[in-house]
Amino acid sequence: MTAHGENTPLTAETLQKEILGFLTEHIKTDVEPDQDLFASGVVSSMFAMQLVVHLEDAYDIAIVGGDLKLDNFRTVEGMTGLVLRLRDTAEAAGNA
Amino acid sequence: MAEKPTLVKCLVWDLDNTVWDGTLLEDPNVELFPGIRDTIIELDSRGVLHSVSSKNDHDLAWNRLEELGLAEYFVHPQIGWGRKSDAVRLIAERLNFAEKAVAFIDDLPTERAEVNFHAPDIRCYPADEATKLSGLPEFSPEIVTVDARRRREMYQAGFRRDAEKETFNGPDEEFLRTLDLVMEIKRADEEDLSRVEELTLRTSQMNATGVHYSDAALRALLADPDHEVLTVTLTDRFGPHGAVGVLLLERHPDLWHLKLLATSCRVVTFGAGAVLLNWLIDQAARAGVHLAADFKRTDRNRMMDIAYRFAGFADDPCACVAVLGEPAGEGVQRLHLLADRREAPTTMRLGAPELAAAAGEKDAVA
Ligand SMILES: [Zn+2]
Repeated sequence: MTAHGENTPLTAETLQKEILGFLTEHIKTDVEPDQDLFASGVVSSMFAMQLVVHLEDAYDIAIVGGDLKLDNFRTVEGMTGLVLRLRDTAEAAGNA
Repeated sequence: MAEKPTLVKCLVWDLDNTVWDGTLLEDPNVELFPGIRDTIIELDSRGVLHSVSSKNDHDLAWNRLEELGLAEYFVHPQIGWGRKSDAVRLIAERLNFAEKAVAFIDDLPTERAEVNFHAPDIRCYPADEATKLSGLPEFSPEIVTVDARRRREMYQAGFRRDAEKETFNGPDEEFLRTLDLVMEIKRADEEDLSRVEELTLRTSQMNATGVHYSDAALRALLADPDHEVLTVTLTDRFGPHGAVGVLLLERHPDLWHLKLLATSCRVVTFGAGAVLLNWLIDQAARAGVHLAADFKRTDRNRMMDIAYRFAGFADDPCACVAVLGEPAGEGVQRLHLLADRREAPTTMRLGAPELAAAAGEKDAVA
């Protein structure tokens, strides 16, 4: 299931909103974009794994190797940056 | 009985050790238990819908259901790594059924308890009752209409079944704490070794290195003062899960080398991999050593990949790994970590030996 079709531009703003929505729905707590989810104990290591799989499925990216480091998932801002970067990379490769 | 029980309109099946005899990630050619196909077809003909809630790799599991000729019977299948109560409730919601019209069948008492904990109206059945279900009143509508027989096709027309790839969150800490989980890490003795060998053979999914250690090889390492062979058992309030993990560690003066870490698929969703890694990292920090871990990525050990990386293992170069030489085997990466102190797990009690102390004694001699 892809949240975004080919023609829908994905901005940092919409992405951040979607990830915040996903978190709110799953952990039943409101979080701030720059809140450290792990330090505050909001997110368990098991949920972190679900987060990885969700981001991959929703945005059609593969998060592997060094990109899997916890720091990339610490905040909603961090995840937004990661998704945008990986989508840019995938697009560049796809259009080459 | 004066009153007829509420009819079950949808039965949600677990796959591993419920529909088929074994664990798909350990045996790609798992076969159906006898009588399962007949039960599914019989209930389908009565208008009872079938669905799936399985902790599995989505594509592998769905392909296997297609190979077995059963995929067409399942509506809104939920295959992923999330908690089953979410999956079953989502199925009920998609079908617009009340939860009391939905049933769930699974071999694991912990999964049935998890569903009951969050969705008490859903009726849960143990897997060994699967072939008896068609004889139960709640699965026996008095009148089976033509429409009932066609019900599945009608539901299926409305959605793209194989496009479903939902993911859910893992079991929450609140539920995990109700299980009274106790993890015991111990130094393996002669008796443990045969079980260890079976585990490294069987738990291919979570065998991070993909390197098999034979009974003889492990026995030799048991006697080696530089190696630690550790076995892991897990117990919950329903009883023991048995041997669920094995670690093989080689000590160097400034570095511990994790050569093998395998955990059973069954305990993945308890976060067992993360608990083990955090314990080991804490021990290494107390011993003042760095950690290196061999890891070979396969299409089956994704969860372990994430567990290693989230625990802090990375590709960053460090001079300490020079003593290890080249990784054994093709595609084996060597991950590295500067060990720091870690908190004890909050979801289970942990019993473990003090590796740090033993290391200190050995260093004193060296
Ligand atoms: Zn190092």
